[in-house]
Amino acid sequence: MIVAQFEIRDDFRERSCVADNGFCPNWIADNLDRYWAPLGEHVYLTLVAVAIGFVIAAALALVAHRHRRLVGPIVNVTGILYTIPSVAAFFLLLPLTGRGRTTALIALVAYTLLILFRNMIDGLDSVPEESRDAGRGMGLTRRQLLWRVEIPLALPAILAGLRVASTTTVGLVALAFFAGAGGLGEQINADLAFKSNVVICSVLCVVLAATLDGLILLVQRALTPWTRAVSA
Amino acid sequence: MPAALEFREASKQYAGARAPALVGLSLRVEPGETCVLVGPSGSGKTTAMRMVNRMVDLTSGDILIDGRSVREAKPAELRRHIGYVIQHVGLFPHRTALQNIGTVPQLLGWPKQRIAERARELVALVGLEPELADRYPAQLSGGQRQRVGVARALAADPPLMLMDEPFGALDPITRDRLQDEFERLKERVSTTIVFVTHDIDEAIRLGDRIAVLRQGGELAQYATPGELLLRPADAFVEEFVGPDRSLKRLALLQVSDVELEPVGAVASSDTPLSPATSLRDALAALLQEPEGRLPVAEGGQVLGCLTVDAVHAKLRREAGAPSRG
Amino acid sequence: MILGSALSDFGDAIEFIFVAQESRAGGSEVGGTQLLGLLWDHLALSAAAMAIGIAVAVPIGVWLGHTRRGTFFAVGVANVGRAVPSIALIAIFFAFLGTGFVNIALALALLAIPPILANAYVGIRQVEPEAVDAARGMGMTGLQVVRRVELPLALPLVMGGIRPSAVNVVATATIAPLAGVSSLGDPIISFSVYGDAGRLGASIVVAALAVATEVTFGLAQRWADPLPSQRRPVPA
Repeated sequence: MIVAQFEIRDDFRERSCVADNGFCPNWIADNLDRYWAPLGEHVYLTLVAVAIGFVIAAALALVAHRHRRLVGPIVNVTGILYTIPSVAAFFLLLPLTGRGRTTALIALVAYTLLILFRNMIDGLDSVPEESRDAGRGMGLTRRQLLWRVEIPLALPAILAGLRVASTTTVGLVALAFFAGAGGLGEQINADLAFKSNVVICSVLCVVLAATLDGLILLVQRALTPWTRAVSA
Repeated sequence: MPAALEFREASKQYAGARAPALVGLSLRVEPGETCVLVGPSGSGKTTAMRMVNRMVDLTSGDILIDGRSVREAKPAELRRHIGYVIQHVGLFPHRTALQNIGTVPQLLGWPKQRIAERARELVALVGLEPELADRYPAQLSGGQRQRVGVARALAADPPLMLMDEPFGALDPITRDRLQDEFERLKERVSTTIVFVTHDIDEAIRLGDRIAVLRQGGELAQYATPGELLLRPADAFVEEFVGPDRSLKRLALLQVSDVELEPVGAVASSDTPLSPATSLRDALAALLQEPEGRLPVAEGGQVLGCLTVDAVHAKLRREAGAPSRG
Repeated sequence: MILGSALSDFGDAIEFIFVAQESRAGGSEVGGTQLLGLLWDHLALSAAAMAIGIAVAVPIGVWLGHTRRGTFFAVGVANVGRAVPSIALIAIFFAFLGTGFVNIALALALLAIPPILANAYVGIRQVEPEAVDAARGMGMTGLQVVRRVELPLALPLVMGGIRPSAVNVVATATIAPLAGVSSLGDPIISFSVYGDAGRLGASIVVAALAVATEVTFGLAQRWADPLPSQRRPVPA
């Protein structure tokens, strides 16, 4: 009897907490599974957008590395894409690509380009000139120089850009529901006044961003051992 | 096998430049020789060197390695058989010293085992402490880095090696030490070397033959160090070599090159000179003596006596002027 | 053809921007000059948020940079700030504090702070130590050093942090209507009232406003630079 009373009291507390739109840890614990699907969509959109953005930015960077005068125009164009707010971008694309993931991805990818491109170019530019001269003088072809010397030395900057792009994209994917692409933002929007809902979605977003950031940092450490070597 | 190198009227004119960088350079470097290109800035010495491995392309004339024009081969292919050492070394920051050294062998497709062995061999040859071999360039001092740079250039056993002011960025003490070691290294490595410097003393010390270039890219004189010091071709060379060229010349000679006088009365407190002492150091010691003479001894046995006059006479004889006795 | 229908959609949107029309639900006027009212609301919200953000972030960043401590904090705050989605910030403020101009302005201010703080910190830190040393040697107090030496030299970088911050605030103000605060996002959020043309028209205006903000602050940044030849590093 007493146990049943406790249960009823807990249940009552939880229900009144929910009714008050409060922050209810019990409710969160019970209802966590309804957040997995939106989280999954969120992860998918983030990873795909950053991956595509990375590929495009890399292609642009390789071309601009050969033909320097393209750097300015590319920065300008990607800069405009970066400046246009994502929500506005979703609806500007709507007449052309309709509602859904594609529209969201186009806008998300466009947003990452400036950060990634600029970091890649800066990274390639930071390669010491004498290493380049020595490399050429020793008989490395242009392509060998690029892949064996310049790109490895540009990795710290490239990966730093990737970290920034990933964390900002996580934030933007939260708005992707405007384009009809789901994600944790949709879940927030579904019950904006309910504190528990808002908090859990926000926490998941931040955790996702932190995880991506940490993973890329680990990759960076693994790939660039020389940056941690203590100077003589 | 060391290569023979020949410049034939090699010239370079950069587009848009008022004056040519190099004008009609012609000289021959015999296999195994060290040819030093020396001159003030603007003399085209670095340009001439970089034309050999086509880092700079000839405007006219030709450069032949073992009789074959450098224009024939593809640049990258050509460069893999020429050692290349530059002033700021240009080590790859993301590779260890060993990995840097193995760069060209790797390009040439050597098996891993052979590359590793060769790298270790060179580390010892250039006098780098073995435990530093796995360090990254950022962890090495300037002198250590340049040693790795030299090792890297020698890795594929090239018949020809180019060195552009390799010790220029180092402090004087380290530079001196590396020059010493380089002299010894030259004996153990059989390769033809083209060495660029603006420092006439370095040129005299390290070169078998020296090409003095004047501003404007013209060859002023191509001679052995001794020849250069004794008979500078014109006012420019004379001034470039320096007013103390006689003393420089003395540094190239030894006590054993001079006729000794019979031992006369010498104070027992005098420290005898060794036959291997340079005449310059010997003269410095002699000038401190009231009589201007010192005994020469080797292995406890006195060989004779060296006088200031004898040194003077030697110098005058070499210059071809009548000795004043 | 998609392109054809897209063009007509854009045509309708442009018309919405400039010509007032009757709302979908009927009974009220939308578009045209009514948009100006929304634009004003949007700017007011953004300006308030930026004012608060700058007032908080610049002194803290400058102080941390001047006293040369708290690197971890200053840089960390920028990283964390990037990770928090804008909509989450708005939602949390709305859920916990309720609706209202002030609440949402505060949320946006919180969004604005990280890049400004980080840049202010870096900006002050990168001022030549010799210049600061000379200033102290001449007898300037700490505050005078900040005002006369460090701040002017750090200004381009500070502006370099304010610029993206402002653009971000202007962009995020678009979703303020989710929390019941009026802005140019009204036609986007309250789709039923404004219709397709309204939603697209508002998007165009928002995009244009963001670009205008970027350009304006970009010019201000160049104007604020006492040493135009220096190239600024790329922070936030």
